[in-house]
Amino acid sequence: MSIFEYNGSALVAMVGKNCFAIASDRRLGVQLQTIATDFQRIFKVHDKLYIGLSGLATDAQTLYQRLAFRHKLYQLREERDMKPETFASLVSALLYEKRFGPYFCQPVIAGLGDDDVPFICTMDCLGAKELAKDFVVSGTASESLYGACESMYKPNMEPEELFETISQALLSSVDRDCLSGWGGHVLLVTPTEVQERTLKGRMD
Amino acid sequence: MARAAADSPPKGGFSFDLCRRNDMLLKKGVQPPSFRKTGTTIVGLVFQDGVILGADTRATEGPIVADKNCEKIHYMAPNIYCCGAGTAADTEAVTDMVSSQLQLHRYATGRESRVITALTLLKSHLFSYQGYVSAALVLGGVDVTGPHLHTVYPHGSTDTLPFATMGSGSLAAMAIFESKYREGLTRDEGIKIVSEAICSGIFNDLGSGSNVDVCVITKGRAEYLRNHLLPNPRTYVSSKGYSFVKGHTEVLSTKITPLKEKVEVVEGDAMEE
Repeated sequence: MSIFEYNGSALVAMVGKNCFAIASDRRLGVQLQTIATDFQRIFKVHDKLYIGLSGLATDAQTLYQRLAFRHKLYQLREERDMKPETFASLVSALLYEKRFGPYFCQPVIAGLGDDDVPFICTMDCLGAKELAKDFVVSGTASESLYGACESMYKPNMEPEELFETISQALLSSVDRDCLSGWGGHVLLVTPTEVQERTLKGRMD
Repeated sequence: MARAAADSPPKGGFSFDLCRRNDMLLKKGVQPPSFRKTGTTIVGLVFQDGVILGADTRATEGPIVADKNCEKIHYMAPNIYCCGAGTAADTEAVTDMVSSQLQLHRYATGRESRVITALTLLKSHLFSYQGYVSAALVLGGVDVTGPHLHTVYPHGSTDTLPFATMGSGSLAAMAIFESKYREGLTRDEGIKIVSEAICSGIFNDLGSGSNVDVCVITKGRAEYLRNHLLPNPRTYVSSKGYSFVKGHTEVLSTKITPLKEKVEVVEGDAMEE
């Protein structure tokens, strides 16, 4: 059994027209037993930057606490929020520092940069960045998510259509994975507002 | 864990504090994770005016393609570029680190960087980690002493060659080079041979795929031809695509938070005394 399959997770982020959406499942388990059905995997860094962390849940929480600390220090020194590209480099450096004893996490970073251009990226547990222009996936359901996103994604979707697409891609993929699911959590960020929704999914 | 309080910006280098926990997990039978590798076909050759580097663009995570269009030709200096194969995080980190060191060296010496400098920095870093930093590189560039092409292996050994290939697709690419390479190639001939070698890797090696990136370095100028060839276009897209009607997904709860406008402080006029 792989360490990434201990807790189970599914994360996906997609780019739309001047907006982005990031979605996760809500299950927290210990191997095959479900412990919680409202687990938070997507964390807010600042108003227009979110990070989702899949993999081992304890490492995800520890890593988020360290990142929140570093970002707050940055805000105090620079008197502004971090740009998504800079934050991605910070996460990559933090993960690569532990090259020979890594955090068992795969982050998905999504944010709106300058001029509200959406930015998404994912990394493996050592910090190898993968910048994508369409979608990124992570977690135990990643293989199904790759397939679902490849077929359902269209470029330049408006926020409403983007929400429907990412939700359907997430729900159909987690239905093919035992270790993730139990509902979904979708955050859709546009330049003017943040829409947070909880999805109804299969509870098995 | 008292040292956790000292989480101020680290002094650099690797930190080994999670190793004991990870060892304990390994003993309990938990398999270690697989890292993103770059499968890869990377090549380089020397032509009459300089050096041409080539790479494919597939990044794999086990058997799955993680990135269909990643960049494997890394910038080291305005006149030096480096292709990387092996663990993706290692190639990116080691090339970024040496690129920064070269820039500091340029500021200190006031001269253009030499390829041999980059080579020595890379090989001494990799050797000191005894092959655990799994980066196999093809380094090429043109400096005052002329065009140079080197290969660097994960354990720190290097070779200086007129043409070189690395990665899982290296045999497929080397077959093309061995039959078609000759000294004194022109720019177009060189690009053609490099593209053919990478295509050979793309089509015959499962760890390499997608597009061909080429970088031509000559005296005083480096041209990065990103996606020079796209021999694998996506042809199976459905013209209608999926369209989900609004309200299709069942939602349990919604919360909409408007984002505040950031206040801009504008410098006012000085007060009149």
